[in-house]
Amino acid sequence: MASLSSNLLFIAFILYLVATPFYGGAIKSKKELNENKGTNKWGVIAVALTIVGFIAQLGYFVTRWIASGHAPVSNMFEFTTFFGMALVGAFIVIYFIYRTSLLGLFTMPVALLVIAYASMFPKDISPLIPALQSYWLHIHVTTVAIGEAILAISFAAGVIYLVKAIDQTKSSKRTFWLEAVMFSLIAVLGFVAVSTIFSASGYHETFNWTDKHGKVNVMEYTMPAITGPHEGELLTKEGFKPLVEMPAIINAKKLNTVIWSLMAGLVLYGLIRLVLRKRIAAGLKPLVKNINLDFVDEISYRSVLIGFPVFTLGGLVFAMIWAQMAWSRFWGWDPKEVWALITWLFYAAFMHLRLSKGWHGEKSAWLAVIGFVIIMFNLVAVNLIIAGLHSYAGS
Amino acid sequence: MKDVKCECGHVNPHGTVLCEACGKILDERENKDQLLDMRYEGSARRSQTYNKTIVDKIWNFFSSVKVGVWLIVLTLLASILGTVLPQKMYIDLPPEVYYKQEYGWFGELYYRLGFHDLYGSWWYLLLIAMIGISLVICSLDRVVPLYKALKVQRVTRHVGFLKRQRLFGINTEINDKDLHLVKEHLKERRYHVREENGDLLAEKGRFSRWGPYINHVGLIIFLFGGMLRFIPGMFVNENLWVKEGETAAVPETGETFYLQNNQFILQHYDKDQNKTFEKALERAGDVVKNYQSNVVLYKRVSDNLPGEKPKLEKVKEYKVRVNHPLDFEGYSIFQASFRSELKSMSFFLANKNTNQSVGELEIDLQDPKETYDLGNGYAVKILNYFPDFEFAKDGEPTTKTRVPNNPAFVFQMISPEKPEGETSFVAIKQTIEPFGDNTYKMAFKGIETKNTSGFIVRKDSTLWAIILGGILFMIGVIQGAYWNHRRIWIQQKDGQVWISAHTNKNWYGLKQEIEKVLRDTKLNIPEDQQQSEKTDKEGI
Repeated sequence: MASLSSNLLFIAFILYLVATPFYGGAIKSKKELNENKGTNKWGVIAVALTIVGFIAQLGYFVTRWIASGHAPVSNMFEFTTFFGMALVGAFIVIYFIYRTSLLGLFTMPVALLVIAYASMFPKDISPLIPALQSYWLHIHVTTVAIGEAILAISFAAGVIYLVKAIDQTKSSKRTFWLEAVMFSLIAVLGFVAVSTIFSASGYHETFNWTDKHGKVNVMEYTMPAITGPHEGELLTKEGFKPLVEMPAIINAKKLNTVIWSLMAGLVLYGLIRLVLRKRIAAGLKPLVKNINLDFVDEISYRSVLIGFPVFTLGGLVFAMIWAQMAWSRFWGWDPKEVWALITWLFYAAFMHLRLSKGWHGEKSAWLAVIGFVIIMFNLVAVNLIIAGLHSYAGS
Repeated sequence: MKDVKCECGHVNPHGTVLCEACGKILDERENKDQLLDMRYEGSARRSQTYNKTIVDKIWNFFSSVKVGVWLIVLTLLASILGTVLPQKMYIDLPPEVYYKQEYGWFGELYYRLGFHDLYGSWWYLLLIAMIGISLVICSLDRVVPLYKALKVQRVTRHVGFLKRQRLFGINTEINDKDLHLVKEHLKERRYHVREENGDLLAEKGRFSRWGPYINHVGLIIFLFGGMLRFIPGMFVNENLWVKEGETAAVPETGETFYLQNNQFILQHYDKDQNKTFEKALERAGDVVKNYQSNVVLYKRVSDNLPGEKPKLEKVKEYKVRVNHPLDFEGYSIFQASFRSELKSMSFFLANKNTNQSVGELEIDLQDPKETYDLGNGYAVKILNYFPDFEFAKDGEPTTKTRVPNNPAFVFQMISPEKPEGETSFVAIKQTIEPFGDNTYKMAFKGIETKNTSGFIVRKDSTLWAIILGGILFMIGVIQGAYWNHRRIWIQQKDGQVWISAHTNKNWYGLKQEIEKVLRDTKLNIPEDQQQSEKTDKEGI
């Protein structure tokens, strides 16, 4: 059952991957159809592939649930994969409201990155610690993921808006930050690339190091150490000697992974720039030629409107109910809780700005991007860096 | 201040921008704009009208959405600060030690600035309180005039009002059949259609306009619930430690309830039994499966007399586990932690040369005996006992607490050879013979431990407000987000049919709906004036 489950996930991933260029084709050939509102052949194939992929991923979810006996949303791999699935699901729903293939071209790569990122974490089926043994695990976590996924659609629409609206003929703060968004996405790809390469080659080196309490511990690296641990002593023969030694307060291994990912991201980014001979956002510009700005703006806002109540329900209401049962208090200022509150406050501010201060269009698109950054921070950084009660999700 | 009478005859309160009844522009400043600002229907909001007294100024400050957004953003930024380092409730050392020790000068600074208890700081609470005030005033400032304006709106609207709606179109041909068909379509789509002198107003989803105010009321109640916690007695939060086999009064119940802990159970996942988890367990090591205390809850039936043993009546047996608290009369008892305590220590008395045992003794660490007779002339006396031993500053042995965390004894060993006894000081991994070489020694044999369950006793009388607030918030937010307030005016002006439409959001949906409503008729679909305006500017 477990192996069937991972095969289904792999199939889903491939289908999403294949679907993406079809979305590109759907836009390219749209000109021929002119004002015809319906989706063209390419678009139909793209959506069909996406839906089949989604069903395959649902299959992964169900079979893994059966294999483990609990909903597979209990660790970093499972949650992030589910988030990717929810993102595809949210896209399918929004697609059938607005019928725009362009949204798929921007959403699918994000979903692919999310799922690829997820699979860099240990994929073993893990048992539940007592605090997680509750049906609220399924309800709370899945609702949060769905809410965040719908909010992420507003990010995709926001990026489309920015790609179209920002003048790429001269460089400005706007072009810089949009390019920064593009680079961050590529850096994730960089992380996936280096992790895959080093784990495929079985790279391994071990250090003895001294932590901040003066205790000597062992640290295992799976990538060559650029940043070595505090007073680290390389135990592996022919291992890579660290270039810099970190103070004990910094987790040298995680920092090392970040540096490798950024370097790989830079290489990939450089290659893309070499091919395109212009900014990535400028290279994407022809794709968004035919879209109406107001229309994308509306999709972006609509996604926030749909996603916000779902996120509130999952991330705050259900979270509080469960916290009351498991930890005896509905709110305890745990970092994850606080970051859910921050996300909520941010989107609340977003909606007030839009309603009352008239922040439509580009401003609104930037806000959608920032919102997604906050969601990603909560998913990645809060789990991996800021330890708290939710830190079991970090394994 | 005088009320304003519109040419349609309706008397509007002072400060009205658009006549509540017909929509004629009453405020000349509005004229410059191409499209009408339809927010709050152009009604007379107190904050936009009065600005004289101090009350006006405070009202206007808090009624501003700009101020509200600033408050939200400041709270957001402050909240981020509090996640940089662990808050004081998640550390196990005194804060003045912890932050410096763990995070150096940065930790020290963090602590000095009071960020270790950020969410309990006066300024954070002040921010939340200001958000609360802003919620109340913002809502009142808008909901009352908005309600009035929507209530008295007439079907027939002023030309200026219709012309300057975002969706607007003119038809020169009038066909009664078309109008009839449109009306049918509108009714099919669940519009509420009103007619007056051949003019028509179709409206639906007005209730979604109340969504924001309902969710704000929910938030206010929620915050009120949070405030109630500061009232003594509304919120009980106590730790309760009960050893296995013992019974303790549940705190804050007026010694009415007693909890007996029969057994504490700690279970781990077994690799061999759970094959599915084999790999994960190999990687993670021991993973706890269950924390459980088997308890019995008792209620006191006798009067509460000091010094007298209470008479108890069994209420229920329960297995308290994580996620499964024991609930009774508003109280909840949660499984929070446990500790293993030393219960007893056993020694044997041995001759130092032969290492041969001459007798064994087991010492109950809660209640050690004075003398342990080992027979054959052997005996051990306990001269002094330190349950939680440490050396005091003057070098004398002393005990920190009454809990046997680190027991130490001064023994007097009596044997046929040394009938007057030899003195030995014995602590864990440590033996001192204060009066020179002894013949006999107390050899350590083993320990027995006993579990103590850590419970949290909670009574939260504020929960109803939190729950009510949460429910209202969700209702309001869903009502405001998933429904739209749409209005379509189809009116006869100068022998033409004018169609205007307005929605508070989701214009795409409204446009699609109008297309369907006007299907099979000769009426033109109204144009989006905002978009055509933009296209003109962009020159596309």
